Amino acid sequence: MARIDVNHIRHSYLPNPQKDSDFALKEVHHIFEDGGAYALLGPSGCGKTTLLNIISGLLHPSHGQLLFNGRDVTNLSTQERNIAQVFQFPVIYDTMTVYDNLAFPLRNRRVPETDVDRKVRETLDMIDLAGLAKKKARGLTADQKQKISLGRGLVRSDVNAILFDEPLTVIDPHMKWVLRSQLKQLHRRFGYTMVYVTHDQTEALTFADQVVVMYDGGIVQIGTPAELFERPRHTFVGYFIGSPGMNVLPVALEGKTAKLGAQRIELPGVPKAEAGAVELGIRPEYVRLGREGMAVQVSKVEDVGRHKVVRANLEGKEIAAVIGEDDEVPAEPKVRFDPAGINIYADSWRVEMGA
Amino acid sequence: MDKTWNNKAWFLVLPVLVLVAFSAVIPLMTVVNYSVQDTFGNNVFFWAGTEWFEELLHSDRFWEAMVRNLIFSFIILAIEVPLGIFIALNMPKKGWGVPVCLVLMALTVIIPWNVVGTIWQVFGRNDIGLLGYYVNALGIDYNYVQDPFDAWVTVIIMDVWHWTSLVVLLCYAGLVSIPDAFYQAAKIDGASRWAVFRYIQLPKMQRVLLIAVLLRFMDSFMIYTEPFVVTGGGPGNSTTFLSIDLVKTALGQFDLGPAAAMSLVYFLIILLLSWVFYTVMTNYDAER
Ligand SMILES: Nc1ncnc2c1ncn2[C@@H]1O[C@H](COP(=O)(O)OP(=O)(O)OP(=O)(O)O)[C@@H](O)[C@H]1O
Ligand SMILES: [Mg+2]
Repeated sequence: MARIDVNHIRHSYLPNPQKDSDFALKEVHHIFEDGGAYALLGPSGCGKTTLLNIISGLLHPSHGQLLFNGRDVTNLSTQERNIAQVFQFPVIYDTMTVYDNLAFPLRNRRVPETDVDRKVRETLDMIDLAGLAKKKARGLTADQKQKISLGRGLVRSDVNAILFDEPLTVIDPHMKWVLRSQLKQLHRRFGYTMVYVTHDQTEALTFADQVVVMYDGGIVQIGTPAELFERPRHTFVGYFIGSPGMNVLPVALEGKTAKLGAQRIELPGVPKAEAGAVELGIRPEYVRLGREGMAVQVSKVEDVGRHKVVRANLEGKEIAAVIGEDDEVPAEPKVRFDPAGINIYADSWRVEMGA
Repeated sequence: MDKTWNNKAWFLVLPVLVLVAFSAVIPLMTVVNYSVQDTFGNNVFFWAGTEWFEELLHSDRFWEAMVRNLIFSFIILAIEVPLGIFIALNMPKKGWGVPVCLVLMALTVIIPWNVVGTIWQVFGRNDIGLLGYYVNALGIDYNYVQDPFDAWVTVIIMDVWHWTSLVVLLCYAGLVSIPDAFYQAAKIDGASRWAVFRYIQLPKMQRVLLIAVLLRFMDSFMIYTEPFVVTGGGPGNSTTFLSIDLVKTALGQFDLGPAAAMSLVYFLIILLLSWVFYTVMTNYDAER
């Protein structure tokens, strides 16, 4: 197990990158602590796989350094880095049995056969494929195959880190849940450093202690699920996390108040914003719908189970509010923003608010 | 869904049936007809029964040609298949090298058979041929016209030169269909180069390899033009393969009966071997 330092890493797939937009990873500088469970969350194409492949050594970064426990491994091969990685789509060795598939990474490293047997049986139990051990892998279903891929990632106990690249995409929802809790258990038992790529926020929030949100080739925020929810550092994080995402409204600042059209909104403090496009972000959970505050026109009410989402129009801007399952929308609806949930953004980045 | 039965649809396949009848069935029946009769010319035929077949199966000449042909096919496969795999593995997977290699590989395959024969016939001559002359100049006694061994070497090298690229192209098609993720997973799993070949590349090439083996076997078993042009079946009978022997019998000696019997036996052998290959291939598919 290892602490992984990603040291100012930039990567481009082009031979001669010039502009910033030529880089698939703009600049990533981050430390994955030894034994941490991290989720890498971000939209398609933001560079999650690229970052994982750089950590595992499948890609060599154009710039920057990678350290394992302080040792520079940038130029080491995948094999020398001793990393396990599970890919999005199943990779199995067709002609081998399920058992041999799992034994393969161990046998390649000349692990004694008695240890191989013990580890493989343990892993087979964990992924619930013990009954198929003797079967040829090619006849299996897609999710059984993916479990084998997962198993090959988990079978080695001495790895520096285990990287998962959206490993549960092809697995059905119930099994997904079971496997994810097994991964968590495994993490608690053995303290592996785990990095788990996903673009499903619930998956990220349930799996990880720390969620790393990526956007357009860079890391925009790292934090616990609660931090990401309460204090999104970038409006993108606000949109991306939460369902529905954060309301982001263009405002003009005036000391401790924000002006939205004809409305004036009290802020919890004076934002330290310099010139630039200023926006106010507030999660639907902090928008109070009632009989006082700013007048809105309700356009739609969606019942999503445990609560309702109200879509409304405030000063010509779409906003969403969350109300309880049994709450009704009043006849002349008005909204108030809970000051605890207000964040101010200048050029999309969050600014602190002074007293 | 209900199927609509309409027997008029048979008329649509009629043209094909007529074509096949004229191009294959009727000639084949003529051959069958010849094989059971004897003639002394003037279109006078006598019933001969199974005489030609018995004679054929007891003829040393036929069995010798057969053994020669099997050995030839075996050598061809033993060289072309591993060599083809080796070249395919080393061909570039992307970049400008891909079209260049593909064109180079396709080049020999599209040269007409008799031209290939002529090229090597000249190439190997030790008076004016580039190869023959220099090999002799190096002090190696090489003469495919007189030495049976040299004749075999020439015919085999010619076939390898001509047809290995077919195996290469087929294997290459199998190789490029392997997603990158497999090679990445193999790296993560610490697989050696050999393990990658054995567990990823070979299984993916298995199907195309079966086709390659089938095609190369059939072709080499029916080989006629190239050795005929280069060696004419000689020296002596040393490179007389089945089809050369057949043509000698049918056209050289005009023994229509024995030649027809031989054609049929030849045809049955190829049919049998194709059936074996087909069964192996479909069983393999069913197993998946
Ligand atoms: N082999 C490659 N060659 C060239 N460009 C690539 C290659 N792989 C990825 N890219 C580009 O790099 C960027 C980042 O891709 P990456 O695969 O890391 O994204 P991702 O976050 O993993 O997305 P997804 O969620 O779809 O898997 C994308 O713009 C992609 O088009
Ligand atoms: Mg990806």
